[in-house]
This record gives sequence, structure tokens and C-alpha cells, in this order.
Amino acid sequence: MACPLLSLNWLATMLDPLLEEKIRNQVRTHKVLIYMKGTPEMPLCGFSYAAVRILDSLGFPYTAINVLEDPELRQGIKEFSNWPTIPQIYIDGEFVGGCDILQEMHARNELRPLVEAAFAKAGTQS
Amino acid sequence: MLTSNRLRQLLAEKLQALYVHVEDESHRHAGHGERQQGSGGHYRVQVVSPLFAGKTSLQRHRLVYAALAEEMGQSIHALALQTYSPEEVPTAGIPHNWIA
Repeated sequence: MACPLLSLNWLATMLDPLLEEKIRNQVRTHKVLIYMKGTPEMPLCGFSYAAVRILDSLGFPYTAINVLEDPELRQGIKEFSNWPTIPQIYIDGEFVGGCDILQEMHARNELRPLVEAAFAKAGTQS
Repeated sequence: MLTSNRLRQLLAEKLQALYVHVEDESHRHAGHGERQQGSGGHYRVQVVSPLFAGKTSLQRHRLVYAALAEEMGQSIHALALQTYSPEEVPTAGIPHNWIA
């Protein structure tokens, strides 16, 4: 496999179907979801810290999942999103990106409208 | 061992990057638990590439991760990314002599 994108896609297909289903349900049932290292109260990585502070500033509820408590999920979410780093943020079931992209979107005032739109829609929980 | 130079070289080659600025921030994470397990360095990278034109940040970051696929999670533990197309450079705070 010469193409790195192809090999990453190939990795994604190796994701355990049960774990994939679990993640799919997580991202589908939460308006704003962050996979992070540590908790919002005690982030264990500077990038996770920066991301939850931005989410806090929006004033909307969000759900945080600590990947350090679940080694399978920690690896699985990277394959699911085809994204090699943590934190990872999902809004309304869509992958938004990591800490840098969250910061960029916040600075451009693009983040709040996205979250507001997610909460304005019926369907998913919290 | 990945060096800032090697990182710069990889991005210049694989992304046709016109400008790559790498800051090795590993020293700021010297006490980091995972660093002690040898899972790699922390880097802050600015990249200017014509391949980024017309792409979202998400797509740009995916291109960078793909270019560094062999290093991610190995010699790179953390990567802070700022990505620009050449057109965006004037407003991006990159030195005016940025062309490599």
C-alpha cells in the first residue's frame, strides 16, 4: 500500500464491529461529544484541556468520554474517525476535528452556530 | 528518532509545502506520563501548501496526518497544526519571507 490514506482506511475496516457500533451510538445520541484524555474537571492533556475550556465557554451541555479509562476505545475512536489524535469532537453526529480545529472554528465564530443548530434540532438526546 | 528537520522534509516532499515551521515542544512535556513510555515528541507545526486551497481545516489536517502516517503515534505523540493555502499567508501571521 503506497498510499497512506488507503492504509488508514484499511485500518478502519479492522475496527471491531461491536466497538464500532458502540461508538456509532455514542456519536448519534449526543449533540456535543468529546473523546478526551481525563475529564472536563481534570483533563490529563493540554489539548484536551483547551478543547473542554472552549466547550465550557459555549454554555451548552456536552458529554465527555475519557479514553484513558478504555484502551480499546482509545484506539478504536482513532480508527472510527480516521484521525490519529485525541481529543476528538463530534457535533450532531458529525466529526468536527481535534483541538486545533475547534479553536479555529471558535475564533471564526463558526462553532456556536453549529452547536446552536444541533440543539435546535429534535431527535438526539442531551 | 524524528527531528524537526525530518518533519519539515516530509511535509515539504509529500505536501509540496512552500513553508514549514516546526517547533519541538517536547521539553514542555518532559514530565508527561506518556512521554516517559517513549511514545514520541510534541510538535507545533505551521504548513503552507497549495494542496490546501479550497479545502476545509478537517481535510487539510487529514492530508498532514496522511503524510506523517508512519510517524503518528510512533515518533510523534502530539501535533498542533496550523494549515494555510498560499493565498491565506498574508493574513496568517507568517513571516513575509516565507517562500522556501
